[in-house]
Amino acid sequence: MKLTEHLTHGLAAPICLTWELTYACNLACVHCLSASGRRDPRELSTAECRAVVDELARMQVFYVNIGGGEPTARRDFWGLIDYAVAQRVGVKFSTNGLRITPDRARRLAGGDLVDVQISLDGATAEVNDAVRGPGSYHTALRAMRNLADAGCRQFKISIVVTRHNVSQLEELKALADGFGAQLRITRLRPSGRGVDSWDELHPTAEQQRELHRWLVAHGDVLTGDSFFHLGALGDPLPGLNLCGAGRVVCLIDPVGDVYACPFAIHSQFLAGNVRSPGGFAAVWRDSELFADLRRPRSRGACASCGQYDACRGGCMAAKFFTGLPLDGPDPECVRGLGEAALTAAGREALTAAGREALTAAGEAALTAGVDHSRRSGPVPVSIGTGRLRGSR
Amino acid sequence: MATGGFDPGRRYRRAPEVAVRPEPFGALLYHFGTRRLSFLKTAALVRVVTTLEEHPDVHAALDAAGVTPAQRRSYLVALADLAASGTIETVGEAAGDAVGEAAGEAAGEGSP
Repeated sequence: MKLTEHLTHGLAAPICLTWELTYACNLACVHCLSASGRRDPRELSTAECRAVVDELARMQVFYVNIGGGEPTARRDFWGLIDYAVAQRVGVKFSTNGLRITPDRARRLAGGDLVDVQISLDGATAEVNDAVRGPGSYHTALRAMRNLADAGCRQFKISIVVTRHNVSQLEELKALADGFGAQLRITRLRPSGRGVDSWDELHPTAEQQRELHRWLVAHGDVLTGDSFFHLGALGDPLPGLNLCGAGRVVCLIDPVGDVYACPFAIHSQFLAGNVRSPGGFAAVWRDSELFADLRRPRSRGACASCGQYDACRGGCMAAKFFTGLPLDGPDPECVRGLGEAALTAAGREALTAAGREALTAAGEAALTAGVDHSRRSGPVPVSIGTGRLRGSR
Repeated sequence: MATGGFDPGRRYRRAPEVAVRPEPFGALLYHFGTRRLSFLKTAALVRVVTTLEEHPDVHAALDAAGVTPAQRRSYLVALADLAASGTIETVGEAAGDAVGEAAGEAAGEGSP
């Protein structure tokens, strides 16, 4: 059996697990996968988070990708990553840079198993701030300078590719190189608040072709394996090139809910909760949803396509949140089949359906409130005390 | 396929920064220093990698793990890759740096 077949049948534990520690965030990025803003009052406590780390260590999950929200908004954040490292669970955390002060950068530079990833969505303030909000470019650049000045090598600068920044990849690469950092670019998903912004932000078909050429020419740029749908354009990209949802990856959200992947925070992809008996290990092992994802999938409308082995039908979450059938083409199918399906079905109606699904799920008391966007203006996070003001 | 520098006539060991996780297909290896992930696709290769240090050279480790002469070449190629990425190293000496099979980052990783 080929390795990819083994992986599609699922592993004893995730290779890589994303853990959104809080829905609290000082920003309100228009493409936020977790629709973050307000802290959820049911957030896991420090003791519960430590118990999750203990469990990940027992399962030999080698490292976790911690995000949010803005994870550093939690007062126990630095203690939790120290705890994880002490249990030999490596940490990579994503931040908008707000709390990466010179002092913090120095402490991070001394650490061994902690990687820092600064989110940025444009090489200029104009392009970045249109997505991430006023001042966010400045905050991210200040954090990068602090890390570089502290001698923190190889931190990561993480870009979500949009229609507006895809032409800035060279500048972004130069920015990363200038800091001695690693560039990481990932795919925009129509998840979370992306449901509302994806239509305007996702790269055009021609931009996808440019992006593919650029990625092939820059094999050292990290992608989180997120562009496997572009494999159908010809040269394969480095990485596993498959959808790992529930098989190789999953997501733990701030209230302990376990979802199939970071792009699928929706009741349809909810596998269980770490607070239930058996904890995370039982969810990973026994969830019906994950068992279903580990069974062979129908190729549906893609069955007759000669490119299926390259793209494997694309991203499940991208299809779901644009209202497309899960066994058909990806909305960004490089052959244009997804676009055709969206047009045929009436994009507006589908988007409305996607929103309804989100609202319904949000109202069901069973799930975590799916949308944690703030109802009014941005809520500042105070740096000194680590307290969130007016986070409800 | 990098074979330069790998000498199966010497004694090797799994690098101390490397953790091994058993899987249905064999094992996953993770190097905490380089963040590199490797897949060992057979149980025999897992036995070889985890017992290298007990044998005077790689050939002896292959024999002890029951690797047949017909399989030997593909095992040596796999071990040369692991040596090139620093996942295994000669005892008492640090190994070089090169590209292994899998990317450092795994599938489907999210970002906020």
